[in-house]
Amino acid sequence: MVEVLSADKVYANGTRALNAVDLRIFPGEFVTLLGPSGCGKSTLLKMIANLIEPTAGRLLWWRHGYDRVGEPGKNLVMVFQDATLMPWARVQKNVRLPLDLGHLDKKDSNSRVADALALVGLTGFEDHYPRQLSGGMQMRVSIARSLVTDPNLLLMDEPFGALDEITRNRLDADLIQLWWKKKLTVVFVTHSIYEAVFLSTRVVVMAARPGRVLREVKIDEPHPRSDAFRVTQKFAAYAKELSECLAEASASGVTDL
Amino acid sequence: MPSRGERERRDRPVKKKNTNFLSWAAPLAVGIVALIVWHALVKAFDVPKYIVPSPGLVLETLIADWGLLFNSLLVTLKITFGAFFMAVLIGTTLAFLFVQSRWVEVSLFPYAVLLQVTPIVAIAPLIIIWVKNTYAALIVCATIVALFPIIANTTLGLRSVNPGLADLFRMNKASRWQTLTQLRIPSAAPYFFGGLRISSGLALIGAVVAEFVAGTGGTGAGLAYQILQAGFSINIPRLFAALFLITVTGVLLFTLMVLLSKLALGSWHESEVAPET
Repeated sequence: MVEVLSADKVYANGTRALNAVDLRIFPGEFVTLLGPSGCGKSTLLKMIANLIEPTAGRLLWWRHGYDRVGEPGKNLVMVFQDATLMPWARVQKNVRLPLDLGHLDKKDSNSRVADALALVGLTGFEDHYPRQLSGGMQMRVSIARSLVTDPNLLLMDEPFGALDEITRNRLDADLIQLWWKKKLTVVFVTHSIYEAVFLSTRVVVMAARPGRVLREVKIDEPHPRSDAFRVTQKFAAYAKELSECLAEASASGVTDL
Repeated sequence: MPSRGERERRDRPVKKKNTNFLSWAAPLAVGIVALIVWHALVKAFDVPKYIVPSPGLVLETLIADWGLLFNSLLVTLKITFGAFFMAVLIGTTLAFLFVQSRWVEVSLFPYAVLLQVTPIVAIAPLIIIWVKNTYAALIVCATIVALFPIIANTTLGLRSVNPGLADLFRMNKASRWQTLTQLRIPSAAPYFFGGLRISSGLALIGAVVAEFVAGTGGTGAGLAYQILQAGFSINIPRLFAALFLITVTGVLLFTLMVLLSKLALGSWHESEVAPET
Protein backbone atom coordinates (compact mmCIF):
# COMPACT_ATOMS: atom_id res chain seq x y z
CA MET A 1 0.00 0.00 0.00
CA VAL A 2 1.20 3.47 -0.89
CA GLU A 3 0.19 6.67 0.85
CA VAL A 4 0.97 10.06 -0.60
CA LEU A 5 0.61 12.65 2.12
CA SER A 6 0.21 16.26 0.97
CA ALA A 7 3.12 15.99 -1.41
CA ASP A 8 4.41 19.10 -3.19
CA LYS A 9 6.88 19.24 -6.01
CA VAL A 10 8.50 22.47 -7.07
CA TYR A 11 11.14 22.17 -9.76
CA ALA A 12 14.35 24.16 -9.62
CA ASN A 13 13.04 26.61 -12.24
CA GLY A 14 10.11 27.48 -9.96
CA THR A 15 7.48 25.40 -11.74
CA ARG A 16 5.01 24.03 -9.23
CA ALA A 17 4.30 20.57 -10.62
CA LEU A 18 2.28 19.27 -7.69
CA ASN A 19 0.40 21.02 -4.93
CA ALA A 20 -0.58 19.22 -1.72
CA VAL A 21 -1.51 15.92 -3.33
CA ASP A 22 -3.11 13.28 -1.13
CA LEU A 23 -3.56 9.80 -2.51
CA ARG A 24 -3.90 6.31 -1.15
CA ILE A 25 -3.43 3.20 -3.20
CA PHE A 26 -4.65 -0.08 -1.73
CA PRO A 27 -3.54 -3.58 -2.68
CA GLY A 28 -5.45 -5.02 -5.62
CA GLU A 29 -6.61 -1.66 -6.99
CA PHE A 30 -6.28 -0.44 -10.54
CA VAL A 31 -5.94 3.31 -10.13
CA THR A 32 -5.73 5.62 -13.12
CA LEU A 33 -4.32 9.11 -12.96
CA LEU A 34 -6.21 11.09 -15.60
CA GLY A 35 -5.61 14.69 -16.53
CA PRO A 36 -4.53 17.22 -19.14
CA SER A 37 -0.87 17.51 -19.99
CA GLY A 38 1.07 19.45 -17.40
CA CYS A 39 -1.11 18.31 -14.50
CA GLY A 40 1.82 16.51 -12.90
CA LYS A 41 0.47 12.98 -13.30
CA SER A 42 3.79 11.67 -14.57
CA THR A 43 5.58 13.57 -11.81
CA LEU A 44 3.32 11.94 -9.23
CA LEU A 45 3.96 8.51 -10.72
CA LYS A 46 7.72 9.02 -10.71
CA MET A 47 7.44 10.13 -7.11
CA ILE A 48 5.64 6.91 -6.24
CA ALA A 49 8.40 5.08 -8.14
CA ASN A 50 10.94 6.79 -5.89
CA LEU A 51 12.64 8.32 -8.94
CA ILE A 52 12.05 11.88 -7.74
CA GLU A 53 11.63 13.23 -4.24
CA PRO A 54 8.79 15.44 -3.08
CA THR A 55 9.74 19.00 -2.17
CA ALA A 56 7.39 18.83 0.80
CA GLY A 57 5.12 16.20 2.31
CA ARG A 58 5.96 12.53 2.31
CA LEU A 59 5.26 9.16 0.81
CA LEU A 60 4.74 5.98 2.76
CA TRP A 61 5.26 2.49 1.44
CA TRP A 62 3.47 -0.01 3.61
CA ARG A 63 3.50 2.54 6.46
CA HIS A 64 7.27 2.84 6.20
CA GLY A 65 9.71 5.01 4.32
CA TYR A 66 10.87 4.03 0.90
CA ASP A 67 13.99 2.36 2.24
CA ARG A 68 11.88 -0.77 2.52
CA VAL A 69 11.38 -0.98 -1.26
CA GLY A 70 13.18 -3.91 -2.76
CA GLU A 71 12.92 -6.16 0.26
CA PRO A 72 11.55 -9.60 -0.54
CA GLY A 73 7.89 -9.29 -1.52
CA LYS A 74 7.99 -5.51 -1.44
CA ASN A 75 8.99 -4.38 -4.89
CA LEU A 76 7.58 -1.93 -7.37
CA VAL A 77 8.24 -1.73 -11.09
CA MET A 78 7.58 0.80 -13.80
CA VAL A 79 6.56 0.58 -17.44
CA PHE A 80 7.55 3.68 -19.37
CA GLN A 81 6.00 5.70 -22.20
CA ASP A 82 8.09 3.83 -24.72
CA ALA A 83 9.20 0.25 -24.40
CA THR A 84 12.75 1.24 -23.25
CA LEU A 85 14.23 -2.06 -24.33
CA MET A 86 17.94 -2.59 -24.80
CA PRO A 87 18.26 -2.67 -28.61
CA TRP A 88 21.44 -4.76 -28.41
CA ALA A 89 19.83 -7.56 -26.41
CA ARG A 90 17.38 -10.23 -27.48
CA VAL A 91 13.90 -10.41 -25.97
CA GLN A 92 15.00 -13.14 -23.56
CA LYS A 93 17.82 -11.03 -22.13
CA ASN A 94 15.69 -7.89 -22.03
CA VAL A 95 13.04 -9.57 -19.92
CA ARG A 96 15.65 -11.18 -17.69
CA LEU A 97 17.37 -7.86 -16.96
CA PRO A 98 15.79 -7.17 -13.53
CA LEU A 99 16.70 -10.69 -12.41
CA ASP A 100 20.24 -10.36 -13.78
CA LEU A 101 20.70 -7.09 -11.94
CA GLY A 102 19.54 -8.81 -8.76
CA HIS A 103 22.05 -11.64 -9.32
CA LEU A 104 19.41 -14.34 -9.51
CA ASP A 105 20.27 -17.89 -10.43
CA LYS A 106 20.27 -18.20 -14.24
CA LYS A 107 18.22 -21.38 -14.43
CA ASP A 108 15.53 -20.06 -12.13
CA SER A 109 15.58 -16.76 -14.06
CA ASN A 110 15.04 -18.43 -17.39
CA SER A 111 11.94 -20.28 -16.25
CA ARG A 112 10.52 -17.05 -14.83
CA VAL A 113 11.26 -15.28 -18.11
CA ALA A 114 9.39 -18.02 -19.97
CA ASP A 115 6.41 -17.58 -17.62
CA ALA A 116 6.40 -13.80 -18.05
CA LEU A 117 6.58 -14.07 -21.85
CA ALA A 118 3.73 -16.55 -21.81
CA LEU A 119 1.62 -14.09 -19.78
CA VAL A 120 1.96 -11.41 -22.46
CA GLY A 121 1.55 -13.92 -25.28
CA LEU A 122 5.07 -13.72 -26.64
CA THR A 123 6.22 -17.30 -26.24
CA GLY A 124 8.49 -18.14 -29.15
CA PHE A 125 9.88 -14.63 -29.56
CA GLU A 126 12.76 -15.11 -27.09
CA ASP A 127 15.48 -14.79 -29.70
CA HIS A 128 14.14 -11.75 -31.53
CA TYR A 129 15.81 -8.39 -31.31
CA PRO A 130 13.52 -5.50 -30.31
CA ARG A 131 13.78 -3.92 -33.76
CA GLN A 132 12.26 -7.04 -35.29
CA LEU A 133 9.06 -6.52 -33.27
CA SER A 134 6.18 -4.11 -33.83
CA GLY A 135 5.50 -1.29 -31.36
CA GLY A 136 2.75 -3.25 -29.62
CA MET A 137 4.91 -6.30 -29.22
CA GLN A 138 7.80 -4.22 -27.88
CA MET A 139 5.39 -2.89 -25.25
CA ARG A 140 4.44 -6.47 -24.40
CA VAL A 141 8.11 -7.28 -23.86
CA SER A 142 8.34 -4.25 -21.59
CA ILE A 143 5.36 -5.49 -19.57
CA ALA A 144 6.85 -8.99 -19.38
CA ARG A 145 10.06 -7.45 -18.03
CA SER A 146 8.10 -5.64 -15.34
CA LEU A 147 6.17 -8.76 -14.33
CA VAL A 148 9.19 -11.03 -14.14
CA THR A 149 9.95 -9.94 -10.58
CA ASP A 150 6.38 -10.54 -9.31
CA PRO A 151 5.90 -6.91 -8.28
CA ASN A 152 3.53 -5.72 -5.58
CA LEU A 153 2.99 -2.47 -7.42
CA LEU A 154 3.05 -1.89 -11.16
CA LEU A 155 3.42 1.72 -12.28
CA MET A 156 2.58 2.51 -15.89
CA ASP A 157 3.31 5.89 -17.45
CA GLU A 158 1.08 6.25 -20.55
CA PRO A 159 2.40 2.92 -21.75
CA PHE A 160 0.21 2.64 -24.85
CA GLY A 161 0.14 6.33 -25.75
CA ALA A 162 2.28 5.91 -28.84
CA LEU A 163 0.32 2.99 -30.29
CA ASP A 164 -2.57 3.00 -32.74
CA GLU A 165 -6.05 2.68 -31.29
CA ILE A 166 -6.66 -0.92 -32.34
CA THR A 167 -3.42 -2.15 -30.80
CA ARG A 168 -4.06 -0.03 -27.74
CA ASN A 169 -7.52 -1.51 -27.14
CA ARG A 170 -6.10 -4.99 -27.57
CA LEU A 171 -3.34 -4.31 -25.03
CA ASP A 172 -5.79 -2.67 -22.62
CA ALA A 173 -7.98 -5.76 -22.72
CA ASP A 174 -5.01 -8.05 -22.16
CA LEU A 175 -3.67 -5.86 -19.36
CA ILE A 176 -6.93 -5.86 -17.41
CA GLN A 177 -7.08 -9.65 -17.72
CA LEU A 178 -3.55 -9.91 -16.47
CA TRP A 179 -4.34 -7.63 -13.54
CA TRP A 180 -7.34 -9.78 -12.66
CA LYS A 181 -5.53 -13.08 -13.04
CA LYS A 182 -2.32 -12.10 -11.21
CA LYS A 183 -4.01 -9.93 -8.51
CA LEU A 184 -1.76 -7.01 -9.38
CA THR A 185 -1.88 -3.50 -8.01
CA VAL A 186 -1.55 -0.95 -10.80
CA VAL A 187 -1.19 2.80 -11.00
CA PHE A 188 -1.76 3.84 -14.59
CA VAL A 189 -1.23 7.28 -16.12
CA THR A 190 -3.22 8.24 -19.19
CA HIS A 191 -4.93 11.17 -20.87
CA SER A 192 -7.48 8.94 -22.55
CA ILE A 193 -10.89 8.98 -20.86
CA TYR A 194 -11.94 5.71 -22.51
CA GLU A 195 -8.81 3.92 -21.42
CA ALA A 196 -9.36 5.18 -17.87
CA VAL A 197 -12.98 3.99 -17.71
CA PHE A 198 -12.24 0.63 -19.27
CA LEU A 199 -9.31 -0.24 -17.03
CA SER A 200 -9.80 1.33 -13.65
CA THR A 201 -11.39 0.48 -10.40
CA ARG A 202 -10.81 4.11 -9.49
CA VAL A 203 -9.99 7.17 -11.59
CA VAL A 204 -8.13 10.08 -10.04
CA VAL A 205 -8.81 13.22 -12.06
CA MET A 206 -6.05 15.79 -11.87
CA ALA A 207 -5.94 19.46 -12.83
CA ALA A 208 -3.03 21.55 -14.03
CA ARG A 209 -1.16 24.64 -12.90
CA PRO A 210 -0.59 23.76 -10.18
CA GLY A 211 -0.96 19.98 -10.47
CA ARG A 212 -3.53 18.75 -7.96
CA VAL A 213 -6.15 16.09 -7.43
CA LEU A 214 -9.56 17.35 -8.49
CA ARG A 215 -11.81 14.36 -7.90
CA GLU A 216 -11.85 10.62 -7.55
CA VAL A 217 -14.36 8.52 -9.45
CA LYS A 218 -15.00 4.87 -8.66
CA ILE A 219 -15.75 2.76 -11.73
CA ASP A 220 -18.34 0.37 -10.44
CA GLU A 221 -18.19 -2.44 -12.98
CA PRO A 222 -17.37 -6.00 -12.03
CA HIS A 223 -14.36 -7.88 -13.30
CA PRO A 224 -13.32 -9.59 -15.46
CA ARG A 225 -14.32 -6.94 -18.00
CA SER A 226 -14.49 -7.61 -21.69
CA ASP A 227 -14.65 -5.44 -24.78
CA ALA A 228 -18.43 -5.55 -24.49
CA PHE A 229 -18.14 -3.08 -21.58
CA ARG A 230 -16.96 -0.41 -24.02
CA VAL A 231 -20.37 -0.17 -25.69
CA THR A 232 -22.60 -0.13 -22.62
CA GLN A 233 -24.63 2.85 -21.37
CA LYS A 234 -22.75 2.66 -18.11
CA PHE A 235 -19.46 3.10 -19.94
CA ALA A 236 -20.82 6.14 -21.76
CA ALA A 237 -22.12 7.61 -18.51
CA TYR A 238 -18.71 7.26 -16.85
CA ALA A 239 -17.00 8.74 -19.88
CA LYS A 240 -19.38 11.70 -19.76
CA GLU A 241 -18.76 12.24 -16.04
CA LEU A 242 -15.00 12.11 -16.50
CA SER A 243 -15.02 14.42 -19.50
CA GLU A 244 -17.03 16.95 -17.48
CA CYS A 245 -14.46 16.63 -14.72
CA LEU A 246 -11.70 17.25 -17.23
CA ALA A 247 -13.48 20.31 -18.62
CA GLU A 248 -13.68 21.60 -15.07
CA ALA A 249 -9.99 20.79 -14.65
CA SER A 250 -9.09 22.87 -17.69
CA ALA A 251 -11.37 25.73 -16.64
CA SER A 252 -10.15 25.95 -13.06
CA GLY A 253 -6.47 26.29 -13.83
CA VAL A 254 -4.64 29.02 -15.68
CA THR A 255 -4.29 27.28 -19.00
CA ASP A 256 -2.38 28.14 -22.07
CA LEU A 257 -4.02 25.51 -24.23
CA MET B 1 -2.12 -13.02 -27.45
CA PRO B 2 -0.82 -10.39 -29.85
CA SER B 3 -3.31 -9.55 -32.57
CA ARG B 4 -2.60 -10.17 -36.20
CA GLY B 5 -1.62 -6.59 -36.89
CA GLU B 6 0.83 -6.72 -34.04
CA ARG B 7 2.31 -9.88 -35.36
CA GLU B 8 3.51 -8.16 -38.51
CA ARG B 9 7.15 -8.72 -37.86
CA ARG B 10 9.71 -6.45 -39.34
CA ASP B 11 12.26 -9.05 -40.18
CA ARG B 12 15.36 -8.31 -42.12
CA PRO B 13 14.53 -8.79 -45.79
CA VAL B 14 16.78 -10.93 -47.93
CA LYS B 15 19.41 -8.67 -49.43
CA LYS B 16 18.88 -8.28 -53.13
CA LYS B 17 21.79 -9.47 -55.19
CA ASN B 18 21.28 -6.55 -57.53
CA THR B 19 22.02 -3.80 -55.04
CA ASN B 20 24.96 -5.78 -53.73
CA PHE B 21 26.48 -6.03 -57.18
CA LEU B 22 25.79 -2.38 -57.90
CA SER B 23 27.48 -1.23 -54.71
CA TRP B 24 30.89 -2.35 -55.88
CA ALA B 25 30.44 -2.34 -59.67
CA ALA B 26 29.35 1.29 -59.93
CA PRO B 27 32.35 2.83 -58.13
CA LEU B 28 34.65 0.47 -60.03
CA ALA B 29 33.21 1.63 -63.34
CA VAL B 30 33.74 5.27 -62.35
CA GLY B 31 37.35 4.46 -61.47
CA ILE B 32 38.04 2.73 -64.77
CA VAL B 33 36.46 5.55 -66.77
CA ALA B 34 38.55 8.09 -64.82
CA LEU B 35 41.75 6.15 -65.56
CA ILE B 36 40.91 5.96 -69.27
CA VAL B 37 40.17 9.69 -69.43
CA TRP B 38 43.40 10.41 -67.54
CA HIS B 39 45.38 8.25 -69.93
CA ALA B 40 43.69 9.79 -72.99
CA LEU B 41 44.29 13.35 -71.81
CA VAL B 42 47.97 12.72 -71.07
CA LYS B 43 48.43 11.18 -74.52
CA ALA B 44 46.32 13.75 -76.38
CA PHE B 45 48.09 16.81 -74.97
CA ASP B 46 51.44 15.06 -74.78
CA VAL B 47 51.86 16.01 -71.11
CA PRO B 48 55.47 15.47 -70.00
CA LYS B 49 55.88 12.76 -67.34
CA TYR B 50 57.50 15.20 -64.88
CA ILE B 51 54.18 17.04 -64.72
CA VAL B 52 51.54 14.31 -64.94
CA PRO B 53 52.59 10.73 -65.70
CA SER B 54 50.12 8.37 -67.37
CA PRO B 55 48.47 5.74 -65.16
CA GLY B 56 50.40 3.01 -66.97
CA LEU B 57 53.72 4.67 -66.14
CA VAL B 58 52.69 5.00 -62.48
CA LEU B 59 51.98 1.29 -62.39
CA GLU B 60 55.33 0.50 -64.04
CA THR B 61 57.11 2.65 -61.46
CA LEU B 62 55.20 1.01 -58.66
CA ILE B 63 56.45 -2.39 -59.82
CA ALA B 64 59.99 -1.24 -60.56
CA ASP B 65 60.40 0.59 -57.23
CA TRP B 66 58.40 -1.96 -55.24
CA GLY B 67 61.23 -2.93 -52.90
CA LEU B 68 61.86 0.68 -51.90
CA LEU B 69 58.23 1.68 -51.71
CA PHE B 70 57.13 -1.43 -49.84
CA ASN B 71 59.71 -0.81 -47.11
CA SER B 72 58.45 2.74 -46.80
CA LEU B 73 54.89 1.52 -46.68
CA LEU B 74 55.79 -0.76 -43.77
CA VAL B 75 57.29 2.18 -41.91
CA THR B 76 54.21 4.30 -42.43
CA LEU B 77 51.92 1.43 -41.47
CA LYS B 78 53.90 0.86 -38.28
CA ILE B 79 53.50 4.50 -37.30
CA THR B 80 49.83 4.55 -38.29
CA PHE B 81 48.88 1.43 -36.34
CA GLY B 82 51.00 2.44 -33.37
CA ALA B 83 49.31 5.82 -33.25
CA PHE B 84 45.84 4.36 -33.82
CA PHE B 85 46.33 1.86 -31.01
CA MET B 86 47.58 4.56 -28.64
CA ALA B 87 44.72 6.87 -29.60
CA VAL B 88 42.12 4.18 -28.88
CA LEU B 89 43.80 3.26 -25.60
CA ILE B 90 44.22 6.81 -24.32
CA GLY B 91 40.95 8.06 -25.84
CA THR B 92 38.70 5.42 -24.30
CA THR B 93 40.48 5.66 -20.94
CA LEU B 94 39.93 9.41 -20.86
CA ALA B 95 36.31 9.00 -21.97
CA PHE B 96 35.66 6.56 -19.12
CA LEU B 97 37.26 8.97 -16.66
CA PHE B 98 35.15 11.82 -18.03
CA VAL B 99 31.84 10.05 -17.49
CA GLN B 100 32.79 8.79 -14.05
CA SER B 101 33.47 12.24 -12.74
CA ARG B 102 32.20 15.59 -13.93
CA TRP B 103 35.21 17.21 -12.26
CA VAL B 104 37.69 15.27 -14.34
CA GLU B 105 35.82 16.12 -17.51
CA VAL B 106 35.48 19.82 -16.71
CA SER B 107 39.16 20.12 -15.86
CA LEU B 108 40.58 18.04 -18.71
CA PHE B 109 38.24 18.46 -21.68
CA PRO B 110 39.44 21.98 -22.62
CA TYR B 111 42.96 20.58 -22.96
CA ALA B 112 41.75 17.82 -25.21
CA VAL B 113 40.20 20.51 -27.39
CA LEU B 114 43.42 22.51 -27.21
CA LEU B 115 45.37 19.52 -28.43
CA GLN B 116 42.88 19.03 -31.22
CA VAL B 117 42.94 22.61 -32.54
CA THR B 118 46.70 23.06 -32.43
CA PRO B 119 48.08 22.22 -35.89
CA ILE B 120 50.29 19.17 -35.56
CA VAL B 121 52.76 20.72 -38.03
CA ALA B 122 53.38 23.47 -35.50
CA ILE B 123 54.21 21.23 -32.55
CA ALA B 124 55.82 18.30 -34.38
CA PRO B 125 59.32 19.88 -34.42
CA LEU B 126 59.15 20.24 -30.63
CA ILE B 127 58.08 16.65 -30.15
CA ILE B 128 60.82 15.45 -32.45
CA ILE B 129 63.38 17.34 -30.38
CA TRP B 130 61.97 16.08 -27.07
CA VAL B 131 61.50 12.45 -28.00
CA LYS B 132 64.83 10.88 -28.94
CA ASN B 133 63.51 7.81 -30.73
CA THR B 134 62.23 8.90 -34.15
CA TYR B 135 59.57 6.22 -34.32
CA ALA B 136 58.24 7.14 -30.93
CA ALA B 137 58.22 10.82 -31.86
CA LEU B 138 56.27 10.16 -35.04
CA ILE B 139 53.80 7.94 -33.19
CA VAL B 140 53.27 10.67 -30.58
CA CYS B 141 52.52 13.20 -33.34
CA ALA B 142 50.09 10.91 -35.15
CA THR B 143 48.42 9.94 -31.85
CA ILE B 144 47.70 13.57 -31.08
CA VAL B 145 45.98 13.90 -34.46
CA ALA B 146 43.95 10.70 -34.07
CA LEU B 147 43.02 11.08 -30.41
CA PHE B 148 40.17 13.58 -30.34
CA PRO B 149 37.44 11.74 -32.26
CA ILE B 150 37.85 8.77 -29.94
CA ILE B 151 37.55 10.91 -26.81
CA ALA B 152 34.65 12.98 -28.12
CA ASN B 153 32.66 10.10 -29.60
CA THR B 154 33.16 7.67 -26.75
CA THR B 155 32.28 10.31 -24.15
CA LEU B 156 29.16 11.25 -26.09
CA GLY B 157 28.25 7.58 -26.45
CA LEU B 158 28.72 6.77 -22.77
CA ARG B 159 26.42 9.68 -21.97
CA SER B 160 23.81 8.81 -24.62
CA VAL B 161 21.87 6.42 -22.49
CA ASN B 162 18.11 6.10 -22.91
CA PRO B 163 16.76 7.94 -19.82
CA GLY B 164 14.03 5.35 -19.33
CA LEU B 165 16.59 2.56 -19.27
CA ALA B 166 18.70 4.58 -16.85
CA ASP B 167 15.65 4.90 -14.57
CA LEU B 168 15.04 1.18 -14.89
CA PHE B 169 18.60 0.39 -13.82
CA ARG B 170 18.23 2.79 -10.90
CA MET B 171 14.94 1.25 -9.79
CA ASN B 172 16.57 -2.17 -9.86
CA LYS B 173 19.39 -0.85 -7.68
CA ALA B 174 22.02 -1.62 -10.30
CA SER B 175 25.58 -1.11 -9.14
CA ARG B 176 27.91 1.36 -10.85
CA TRP B 177 29.68 -1.56 -12.49
CA GLN B 178 26.48 -3.14 -13.77
CA THR B 179 25.33 0.20 -15.19
CA LEU B 180 28.67 0.65 -16.90
CA THR B 181 28.98 -2.80 -18.43
CA GLN B 182 25.34 -3.55 -19.20
CA LEU B 183 24.07 -0.10 -20.10
CA ARG B 184 26.69 2.52 -20.82
CA ILE B 185 29.17 0.48 -22.85
CA PRO B 186 26.60 -1.12 -25.18
CA SER B 187 24.93 2.28 -25.63
CA ALA B 188 28.30 3.81 -26.49
CA ALA B 189 29.33 1.15 -28.98
CA PRO B 190 27.84 2.74 -32.14
CA TYR B 191 29.44 6.08 -31.28
CA PHE B 192 32.76 4.43 -30.49
CA PHE B 193 32.85 2.68 -33.85
CA GLY B 194 31.98 5.96 -35.56
CA GLY B 195 34.98 7.44 -33.76
CA LEU B 196 37.18 4.55 -34.92
CA ARG B 197 36.36 5.26 -38.56
CA ILE B 198 37.36 8.90 -38.31
CA SER B 199 40.35 8.20 -36.13
CA SER B 200 41.85 5.47 -38.31
CA GLY B 201 42.00 7.87 -41.25
CA LEU B 202 43.42 10.61 -39.06
CA ALA B 203 46.14 8.28 -37.75
CA LEU B 204 47.33 7.76 -41.32
CA ILE B 205 47.18 11.47 -42.09
CA GLY B 206 48.98 12.19 -38.82
CA ALA B 207 51.69 9.66 -39.66
CA VAL B 208 52.28 11.16 -43.11
CA VAL B 209 52.29 14.75 -41.84
CA ALA B 210 54.65 13.88 -39.00
CA GLU B 211 57.02 12.19 -41.45
CA PHE B 212 56.95 15.26 -43.63
CA VAL B 213 57.93 17.45 -40.72
CA ALA B 214 60.54 15.05 -39.41
CA GLY B 215 62.00 14.49 -42.86
CA THR B 216 63.76 11.39 -41.63
CA GLY B 217 66.15 9.72 -44.01
CA GLY B 218 67.95 6.39 -44.13
CA THR B 219 66.32 3.18 -43.00
CA GLY B 220 63.37 4.62 -41.16
CA ALA B 221 61.96 6.40 -44.19
CA GLY B 222 58.21 6.23 -44.69
CA LEU B 223 56.07 7.00 -47.71
CA ALA B 224 56.01 10.73 -46.99
CA TYR B 225 59.80 10.76 -47.20
CA GLN B 226 59.61 9.03 -50.58
CA ILE B 227 57.16 11.68 -51.76
CA LEU B 228 59.47 14.47 -50.58
CA GLN B 229 62.51 12.88 -52.21
CA ALA B 230 60.65 12.18 -55.43
CA GLY B 231 59.53 15.80 -55.48
CA PHE B 232 63.06 17.09 -55.04
CA SER B 233 64.42 14.87 -57.76
CA ILE B 234 61.41 15.50 -60.03
CA ASN B 235 60.68 11.76 -60.10
CA ILE B 236 56.95 12.42 -60.49
CA PRO B 237 55.94 8.84 -61.40
CA ARG B 238 57.39 7.59 -58.10
CA LEU B 239 55.62 10.41 -56.28
CA PHE B 240 52.34 9.23 -57.78
CA ALA B 241 53.13 5.61 -56.91
CA ALA B 242 53.78 6.53 -53.27
CA LEU B 243 50.64 8.64 -53.19
CA PHE B 244 48.70 5.71 -54.60
CA LEU B 245 49.98 3.46 -51.80
CA ILE B 246 48.93 5.95 -49.14
CA THR B 247 45.45 6.20 -50.65
CA VAL B 248 45.05 2.44 -50.85
CA THR B 249 46.17 2.13 -47.22
CA GLY B 250 43.58 4.71 -46.19
CA VAL B 251 40.80 2.92 -48.05
CA LEU B 252 41.80 -0.45 -46.59
CA LEU B 253 41.88 1.01 -43.09
CA PHE B 254 38.41 2.47 -43.55
CA THR B 255 37.09 -0.82 -44.92
CA LEU B 256 38.56 -2.66 -41.96
CA MET B 257 36.78 -0.31 -39.57
CA VAL B 258 33.49 -0.74 -41.42
CA LEU B 259 33.85 -4.52 -41.17
CA LEU B 260 34.69 -4.32 -37.47
CA SER B 261 31.67 -2.16 -36.83
CA LYS B 262 29.45 -4.51 -38.80
CA LEU B 263 30.75 -7.42 -36.79
CA ALA B 264 30.04 -5.71 -33.49
CA LEU B 265 26.75 -3.95 -34.24
CA GLY B 266 25.39 -5.84 -37.22
CA SER B 267 22.77 -7.76 -35.31
CA TRP B 268 21.04 -4.82 -33.72
CA HIS B 269 22.05 -1.29 -34.68
CA GLU B 270 20.06 0.69 -37.26
CA SER B 271 23.19 1.84 -39.06
CA GLU B 272 24.28 -1.70 -39.83
CA VAL B 273 20.97 -3.32 -40.55
CA ALA B 274 20.02 -3.78 -44.18
CA PRO B 275 17.45 -1.18 -45.28
CA GLU B 276 13.90 -2.43 -45.61
CA THR B 277 12.51 -2.49 -49.11
